[in-house]
Amino acid sequence: MDVHIEHLCKAYDGRPVLENVSFTAAAGRVTCIMAPSGRGKTTLLRILLGLERADSGTVILPEHCRWSAVFQEDRLLEHLDAMGNLRFVLGGALDGAAAGRLLAELGLGDTAGKPVREFSGGMKRRLALARALLAPFDLLALDEPFTGLDEDNRDRAWRCVLDRTAGRTVLLVSHELPPAGEVDLVRL
Amino acid sequence: MKKSTAQNSIRPWAVLFWLLVWQGASMLFAALWPNGHLLLASPISAAVRLGELARTAAFWRAVGGSIAHIFGGFLAGCTLAAALAALSARWRLVRELLAPLAAAVKAVPVVSFIILALVWLDSRSLPLFISALMVFPPVYLNVLAGIAAADGRLLEMARVFRVPLGRRLTGIYLPAVLPYFRSAVSLALGLCWKAGAAAEVIGLPAGTIGERLYTAKVYFQTPDLFAWTAVIVAVSVLFEKLFLALVDALAGKAGL
Repeated sequence: MDVHIEHLCKAYDGRPVLENVSFTAAAGRVTCIMAPSGRGKTTLLRILLGLERADSGTVILPEHCRWSAVFQEDRLLEHLDAMGNLRFVLGGALDGAAAGRLLAELGLGDTAGKPVREFSGGMKRRLALARALLAPFDLLALDEPFTGLDEDNRDRAWRCVLDRTAGRTVLLVSHELPPAGEVDLVRL
Repeated sequence: MKKSTAQNSIRPWAVLFWLLVWQGASMLFAALWPNGHLLLASPISAAVRLGELARTAAFWRAVGGSIAHIFGGFLAGCTLAAALAALSARWRLVRELLAPLAAAVKAVPVVSFIILALVWLDSRSLPLFISALMVFPPVYLNVLAGIAAADGRLLEMARVFRVPLGRRLTGIYLPAVLPYFRSAVSLALGLCWKAGAAAEVIGLPAGTIGERLYTAKVYFQTPDLFAWTAVIVAVSVLFEKLFLALVDALAGKAGL
């Protein structure tokens, strides 16, 4: 099912951030929402995730849909290692082998036992992406998921996203186009 | 977690200095007055008396009795304070309801509570109640502050990923609360031993350190007075170290 956003408006302290935003994210596709900084991309995702309310407008989502997300910040548990962070979200449903494969693909294969507070910025970003891809979801929200990644890691991360989201709905918020692949483009 | 500061560390030479001052003052009292040694027992006579007491079964019964009451009160107060702090963090009404209570317990002199509680309670329950009461404000207020300090962005993340409450408690709230809880416990254990011993001295429950302190005062047994005081300090410090080691071990196990 598609995600419909109709005439969405949001302001902070009288300053409009989203003004009459309308678009449809087609089911099973990657929709890339592009805008310069400060134009409400993150606010839009927060409204979709149910973390904020719009001042007006409508969001139509599939019934009982499960979200997964890479937030604007990494939002990791700094005292735990990579697996610990994945286990925090997935609990007993964590498939250790699948998680290990994805971490290795993202270049995090040798981080067992290392707390996240000792990770570099890029490693944290990749772990946040691994968490989002391993969690069960119907809709995936990615807020600037490649921030802090060099070109190699960005390409690798993007391939992981495409491989693991085939046929599922992805909303990617970015200030630049993803490295490759077919995406629907929405400009705010 | 930061455990102590260099500014507060106690140096052996400073302890020795004050023991020598005490010994000198005691000798001066003994020289100036016929029974001056009774006014201020020397550290040596207090230590000798402590050694004698420690060889009796009554000594260990008194120590055990006081530990049971005072540490029992500490555990009860801690549990109640942590549970109420969790409820206060969840519901503003509970927080507003408990705010005057916590402020009153903090402000009212402990002796007022002891005398008032003596009207309601038997002397054996008094130290337990008073210890619990003394522990309540610091633990309640610190745990509440710790819960409030939990990272809101992590809580949002847990909400989006539908993380169950149990894992949110151990993964997000526990790391936020533990440093606050640790400093509250460090303060509360000292408080509850001081207040608990005072309650025993006033309530005089049989077979406790407080009762033995009172007896020492009545019979002018100043070496006993210092010996029992040293026992209170030692037990208080020992329990603080043990309990904080337990908290640190828990924090270490959680990777904090």
